[in-house]
Amino acid sequence: MARLVIDRLSKRYGENSVVKDLSLDIPQGEFLVLLGPSGCGKTTTLRMVAGFIEPSAGSIALGGRDVTALPPWRRNTGLVFQSYALFPHLTVEENVAFGLEMRKMPAAEMRPRVEEALRLVRLDGFGTRLPRQLSGGQQQRVALARALAFRPDVLLLDEPLSNLDAKLRQEVRVEIRELQQKLGLTTVMVTHDQDEALSMADRLVVMAQGEVQQVGSQRDLYERPAGRFVASFVGRSNFLEGVMGEEGAFTTAGGLRIVLAGAAAGKATLALRPEAVSTGAEAAHLDNAFEAVVEYVSYLGSVLDVRVRLTPQDRIIVQIANRLGESLPMPGETLTIGWPANAGRVFPAEA
Amino acid sequence: MRGRSWRKLALDAAALLSLGFILVPLVFVTWLAFFEQEIPSFPPEGYTLHWFSAILTQKAIIDGFVTSFEVGVVATLVGLALGVPAALGLVRHAAWWGGAASTLLLMPLVVPAIVLGTAIYVAQVEAEILIYGFGIETPVIGTIGGLIAAHALIVIPWVVRLVTASLSGFDRSIEEAAQNLGATPWTTLRRITLPVIRPGIVAAALFAFVISFSNLELSLFLVGAGRTTLPIAILQYLEWKIDPTIAAASVVQIAIIAAAMLITDRFVKLTQVV
Repeated sequence: MARLVIDRLSKRYGENSVVKDLSLDIPQGEFLVLLGPSGCGKTTTLRMVAGFIEPSAGSIALGGRDVTALPPWRRNTGLVFQSYALFPHLTVEENVAFGLEMRKMPAAEMRPRVEEALRLVRLDGFGTRLPRQLSGGQQQRVALARALAFRPDVLLLDEPLSNLDAKLRQEVRVEIRELQQKLGLTTVMVTHDQDEALSMADRLVVMAQGEVQQVGSQRDLYERPAGRFVASFVGRSNFLEGVMGEEGAFTTAGGLRIVLAGAAAGKATLALRPEAVSTGAEAAHLDNAFEAVVEYVSYLGSVLDVRVRLTPQDRIIVQIANRLGESLPMPGETLTIGWPANAGRVFPAEA
Repeated sequence: MRGRSWRKLALDAAALLSLGFILVPLVFVTWLAFFEQEIPSFPPEGYTLHWFSAILTQKAIIDGFVTSFEVGVVATLVGLALGVPAALGLVRHAAWWGGAASTLLLMPLVVPAIVLGTAIYVAQVEAEILIYGFGIETPVIGTIGGLIAAHALIVIPWVVRLVTASLSGFDRSIEEAAQNLGATPWTTLRRITLPVIRPGIVAAALFAFVISFSNLELSLFLVGAGRTTLPIAILQYLEWKIDPTIAAASVVQIAIIAAAMLITDRFVKLTQVV
């Protein structure tokens, strides 16, 4: 395992920039997640690291060695494909041994390594099966064992869980994360699923349109989003357009005055998490407390999503806990909502 | 509802009629092979297996069978050696020239066999003259090599079509996986790509053999003196004699081809490519 340094990496197809000037330093043993919507350049970045896409500019160094010009087969990266890409004509053992065989490892040394890799993913005893005789989750683990058996410098995961059903996905997340920590694997994972990203990563990189929007921990991204995009992509946010005044108060398009913890004056957008808003009696004494009219209620089980109208121009979604037995808010009702000054974040309007 | 079932019935009837039309000659030839009397006439006077053993006394037919078999095997190997790379190239790397190249590769199917035979005959005569011009006196026309080259030409379109079909559902990411694991492109081709499309290649080989084995038109132009292929031997026999021997020989040929087709179909559904 090794440190991965990506320096000012770019990829252009003609006029179209897919990855712009991306720099990342991933220390040995870190689990880094590239998170973003489809087309944000995250997969292109991963494929450049693996060597399948030639960068237009920039460099990639693995364990201090510049690999930018090396073909995929000389890079020593372990890639787990979204489709698993198991060799259909080879048994599980032969699949896992393939990387070792390519490294000309003697058969006597190979056997224990293959067995160890299969044990790591809890597939010992499945060695002689063919991939098509395995379930999706088992195939995924074979792909993982295959990528680990030859001890790559970095483990690359390309949406590895997207073909699994929801329940299994939860389990495999934990499994991969535990394995990664146990073996101290430098890992880069690509995903568009924020739950997956948040639950597995040491550090996250949010990407959009080929550019890094923010790099940080789960907490950084959720509590201190660097911009409107991150605020909407990691967790949910209500956005209110308005103007930030000199006196530390934000005035919405609808004329509502909202107290905030410091921000620069000018046209701006206020971001507010639906779950940061309180309702009822506990809301009344908060920095910002308003009477709002309930417009729409979604019953989601443990929580309710309530859309409320503050002014004819300002509507937000409020997430409230669903306490069993309590009556639900009804459309047309008036509800007291409130939030503290430090709950809202203001982003200057983009020019 | 009623209209639809009538339409379905009509379609089934038409299909059955066409199938029957196609099968009638096969049925009659097979039936004839077992007739007891020498001059085929109806009704049969009795049944015998005699004609099948009679094939063995016909040296021309036996020689023709051997030649057809040899030519078929070698033409198939040549066709695979050229057709498999061609199919890989077309599927993987074709750019603007792809459409033109695949049309060109299918050309031998479009040109009538007699025309193709004439053209190859003339080309081989010219080739012989050309080689002679360099001071090398080697026959081209009438050689087994010339015959094999012509057969290879007509099997290539089938090889390309069958291999292309088996590549159409191919998951390219397994090739990337191999390279990620340290395999060079050549190793990837040898260890991953070719083994995975092997059913398609086997199918292409069997089908190519059938095409070559049953070809009459090209061979008519290109066989040398004293050498015949099985279809030509059968044709020549018929010019002199009509007895069930020839029907028996045909039954053997039909059986070989049918077996090859059935095996092929197990690997690649022929209805997808023909």
